[in-house]
Amino acid sequence: MPVTVEIPKEKWTGSIRQVTLGATAAQGGTRSKTVTVGGETTLPFLFFEGDIPNPPVVAVEIQDSYPADWSPVLLKAWGDTLQDPAAWARKAEELGAGLIMLRLRGTNADGQLTPAVQAAATVRAVLGATGLPLIVRGPGQAERDNELLVAVAEATAGERLALGLCEDKNYRTIVAAALAHGHLVIASSPIDVNLAKQLNILINDMRLPLDRVLMDPTTGALGYGLEYTYSVMERLRLAALTGDSMTQQPMICFVGEESWRQKESRVAEGVPAQWGDIEKRAITWETVTATALLESGADIVVLRHPATVGIIRDTITRLMAH
Amino acid sequence: MALSGLEIYKLLPKTNCKECGFPTCLAFAMKLAQKQAELDNCPHVSAEAKEALSAASAPPIRLIKLGSGEREFQVGNETVMFRHEKTFFNKPGLALRIKDTEAADVVAAKAETVNAYSVERVGMQMTLNAVAIENASGDVTTFANTVAAVRARTNLPFVLISPNAEALKAALAREGGHKPLLYAATAENWQAMAALAKGSGVSLAVRSRDGLDELADLTKKLSEAGVADLVLDPGSRDLSGSLAQLTQLRRLALKKNFRPLGFPIITFPGEVADTPEGEVVAAAQYIAKYAGIVVLDHFDPAVAYPLLTLRLNIYTDPQKPISVDPGIYEFNHPTAEAPLLTTTNFSLTYFSVAGELDSSGLPAWLLICDAEGMSVLTSWAAGKFDAATIAKAVKTTGIADRLSHKKITIPGLVAVLSGDLEEELPGWEIRVGPREAVDIPAYLKTWS
Repeated sequence: MPVTVEIPKEKWTGSIRQVTLGATAAQGGTRSKTVTVGGETTLPFLFFEGDIPNPPVVAVEIQDSYPADWSPVLLKAWGDTLQDPAAWARKAEELGAGLIMLRLRGTNADGQLTPAVQAAATVRAVLGATGLPLIVRGPGQAERDNELLVAVAEATAGERLALGLCEDKNYRTIVAAALAHGHLVIASSPIDVNLAKQLNILINDMRLPLDRVLMDPTTGALGYGLEYTYSVMERLRLAALTGDSMTQQPMICFVGEESWRQKESRVAEGVPAQWGDIEKRAITWETVTATALLESGADIVVLRHPATVGIIRDTITRLMAH
Repeated sequence: MALSGLEIYKLLPKTNCKECGFPTCLAFAMKLAQKQAELDNCPHVSAEAKEALSAASAPPIRLIKLGSGEREFQVGNETVMFRHEKTFFNKPGLALRIKDTEAADVVAAKAETVNAYSVERVGMQMTLNAVAIENASGDVTTFANTVAAVRARTNLPFVLISPNAEALKAALAREGGHKPLLYAATAENWQAMAALAKGSGVSLAVRSRDGLDELADLTKKLSEAGVADLVLDPGSRDLSGSLAQLTQLRRLALKKNFRPLGFPIITFPGEVADTPEGEVVAAAQYIAKYAGIVVLDHFDPAVAYPLLTLRLNIYTDPQKPISVDPGIYEFNHPTAEAPLLTTTNFSLTYFSVAGELDSSGLPAWLLICDAEGMSVLTSWAAGKFDAATIAKAVKTTGIADRLSHKKITIPGLVAVLSGDLEEELPGWEIRVGPREAVDIPAYLKTWS
């Protein structure tokens, strides 16, 4: 007598909002295509009980001036490309990036503060070099973020850039700039479901529609708090699928930034032999961090190493096949 | 079907004798209902009640033990779908596969490498757990000889892989009695495999070629044949399909209490991928999502270390975060002139600060105080990270003897402690550092 196993399926009532980055000429921008994330009606890659209309996207991080503080493994992999953000963006697109994330360091190579007009010019140069939609992050200090991002938002009106990071203590100026010039924002909260919700509410209160908000739950790299990010993302996704409207934003994870900061990704000498080869270890560190966060609900993973971009693109293709 | 606590209570002696370790029969019944206690702990339960309760009291995912002595490991007994709901308990065993068609020196080298590999993280030694040996040659004697050759080099438990029960029987005779797992019973060979597993008292893996229906059909037959310790291979060899199958198996066991599939799962990431990188990705998925055993085809320390770290992260109890040992930590070879910073022993706090100190490239001393494993603000609010705590750590560690200065930097979030600390540590200059770890490198540059 053959056995028939009844597959248990959850009946989710909520879904993730769809958020579209970039605008084509017809839509008031200059992008050759747009990228839409979100829309899931089930947990990551569980096609047997719901839809995943848009695959997660790999974004490649570039910076506006030479990142001398980056791991030697990254400096070697990218070479001279790192000197020129436009060339860097072109190279990232060739590697198969779905999005470009430009990080404004806030200072140029001599340690001088970057003027806002120069930051805006760099963003336009990058927009000119690639047809991909763009994410732009400030240096991470409230005053400088506001100064630079407002200038960038004005200079690129209608492009639907994603601007960040908006935090609970500093979101108004960036949200206002996004509202005024047709952009999106990234809402960033420190590994906490309620703080993430609260910030989405505050941003929404300023009348920025939620289909223009991405959510950054704060990424912990493998071995450096990954499990906290992993679980808070699972909790946010479960809350979203059970109908909690203010948790239904697509999630973006700055995997490369966190992973490549760690000793495991930077140091070749004076570490235990059991750590193995620096280059392979570092790429694996970024790969494993990205994989775990895709499995817990990431819609955009921002990566740094060209090899990881290929591995994670292939992973997403295989997870989306069903 | 699972029984409720009250239903279980009706079947217990109701004497409140406390011999089970719980204050009342009702409390014991509640624990049984939550699968957090074993019925065997009640010495007075009647035979009828035992029979009625055995189904309800067993863990939904059976605990399977492989190996013996120091290298024994156990998998199964999981109780939640998501780690934040409680915790994941038994870390999946990582194994390396060796084929009996490989040259003798390669076999020996792999066995020795797996046996010896051990890497430390947050004070814990992380190791691989098993060697999988596959009868790729199809030859019984070659297989048994390979098994014996690997056993000569390690006490790790084995996963013995062959479709041929005769080959497994010959291998069992040579593996040294370390409780291996036999892989695998299938629709074609299950009778012979059941006889072998039952006769030798070892665990048996079950492989389906046709999804969960065939898998449940096979496990029922094997259970009826008297093999209790099973491990499942639901069959899918693609990344997406196996994620679905492993999720479904976990749900069937936990949410439906579906006994025929209430066993740990064995996975083969190398069979899911065309490249070593793809194997790493699949292994990471299986560690996070529900595998009991992960059999790798490639060993590289640069890959093993990240995978073992992922396993440690995912299996950390969210309610009991790993704390680091209080004491002095050195960064970038500090001299007596280097700055001294202090913070709490919460693991994430430590790693955030340590990561920044490390990557700054600047020498520094970090004094970790015993704040009962809580973060800076939490422990301060709870009175576990105050001036007395910091002063005690300064004195007991003798850090002053290693410095040419008396300056200590406290976290910016607890700037309020400066005054009290000046009183507790006469002669010291108390400095207030950044509120966030990310600003530490900039702070160090200005420190003098």
